[in-house]
Amino acid sequence: MKRIAGWMLASPATLAITLLLVLPVAATIGMTFGPSDGGPWGIVQPYANFFDSAFQRRVLWRTFEVAGWVTVISLAAGLVTAYVVARCPPWMKSTLVVLAVFPLLTGVVVRSFAWLVLLGRQGMINEFLLWTGMIEAPLSMLYTPGAVIVAMVYIFVPLMVLVLVGVLENIPEDLLQASSSLGAGPVASFVQVTLPLAVPGLIVGAVLVFTASFTSYATPHLLGGSRQMMMGTFLQQRAMVAFDWPGAAVVAAIMLAVIVATVLVMTRLARRLNPMAT
Amino acid sequence: MTNRIHPVLIAFTILIYLFLLGPLIIIFGASLSDTTYLTFPPQGLSLRWFENIWEISAFRRTIVTSLQMAILGTSIALLIGIPAAYALNRYRIALPGWLSTLFVLPILVPEIVIGFSLLRSVTVQAGIPVWYALLIGHTLLVIPYVIRVVSASLASFDFSIEEAAVSLGSHPAKTFFTIVLPNIRSGVIAAFILSFITSINDVSVSLFLTGPGISTLPIQLLAHMEQFFDPTIASVSVVLMLLTIIVMIIVERTLGLAIVAK
Repeated sequence: MKRIAGWMLASPATLAITLLLVLPVAATIGMTFGPSDGGPWGIVQPYANFFDSAFQRRVLWRTFEVAGWVTVISLAAGLVTAYVVARCPPWMKSTLVVLAVFPLLTGVVVRSFAWLVLLGRQGMINEFLLWTGMIEAPLSMLYTPGAVIVAMVYIFVPLMVLVLVGVLENIPEDLLQASSSLGAGPVASFVQVTLPLAVPGLIVGAVLVFTASFTSYATPHLLGGSRQMMMGTFLQQRAMVAFDWPGAAVVAAIMLAVIVATVLVMTRLARRLNPMAT
Repeated sequence: MTNRIHPVLIAFTILIYLFLLGPLIIIFGASLSDTTYLTFPPQGLSLRWFENIWEISAFRRTIVTSLQMAILGTSIALLIGIPAAYALNRYRIALPGWLSTLFVLPILVPEIVIGFSLLRSVTVQAGIPVWYALLIGHTLLVIPYVIRVVSASLASFDFSIEEAAVSLGSHPAKTFFTIVLPNIRSGVIAAFILSFITSINDVSVSLFLTGPGISTLPIQLLAHMEQFFDPTIASVSVVLMLLTIIVMIIVERTLGLAIVAK
């Protein structure tokens, strides 16, 4: 009886996700395995073709590089900021949290556009540097990996700060008092008490930022353009410009594989590294 | 907790906040400029770029489409997500464990992969019109947020109240609407707001599901940026930011912002 009631209530959502997400995505992945042109690799020939092209290998590698740097920089900046925010007096803390939530609720297109304005050839940074006389000709900063990384860090730092403030607040105050009363300085307390306890949260934040930047479209499209193609922009280009759907499907399948592998490995790692786990 | 934070750390935090808010302030300033190009500080204050939003018919149309998608998509997601969240909490033992994993798939699977797959299956193979395909995409996108947020508020709901009402002769459906729903109201509002914002800002799913004459605001913004570099984009951005501020004030007044951070 309970089983039937449960299923009846859960079935619309279950059906919607199964029919409109699982099946279409499975069909996309399915189309990547096929005796396409009967190469030496059999059904994985489309993947062999992908990795055969130096350009496509470069796109994949660049995506890893950019997402990796964005994750590392966001972790460092987010950890320091969250540490300070978590130790502020309550009124200030809530203000700082609101100021971090605000950019998060503003769309990715708007926030990427801000960097287009700042980094452009006649952008504000160039104008400022020309005005001060530090440079004589405008620098070309757009359409470089650096531009994409800066804008993505900008987009993901608020997320990291919010995740880590939550994590740091959950660390019992007693532990830090105990460590300082036993003679540990602030640095030793941080390294030996706070940091190990924050590791699972750091991993959650890192996975969120890595997967989001690995699969992003708007930021690499606006700030990287076709010169700094990443997996997201490459998938769009294959599907909507080149109309090479089998090629686009291979890109989609590789993205999905990277994301699923990252999530599985990191959640397992988080569980193992959790000092509070039994 | 307030004891001595190293000044270097405080300085670093101030810099991070300047980095986070500076660009948004620059957009705000640039939108008020009287010039035909983007500049900051604004030269000559004017609201003409805000009027320009309404003069460009593509923006008018896409703003309407975006609002339709956000409101209808979120409503459908609530309609099918609330019962699912209820079932997950009430009949947890009777349902298989993989079900909650299934419900997070729209977040786990990259949005751009979902968009491309929907284009192939729903638009091309099944021949569903673009507007409906877009609605399907936006509904799917927000289902996980609905289920997660509503589940969180159901987790603190005491089901024995509901059982008491039923044992006193109240019809289960009536009990749901008079006992359960009022108790999880704040969760439902939070789910609506979170889903609305996610939907209205979406790029990667909509990217593949727009067609001739039908597009969403973020996609239209991207297209406009490729041709023009005037302050219209900045003023659209400001309108979106003001919308965000209004939403944040509503959230803060009704529930407190802690719910968004979860």
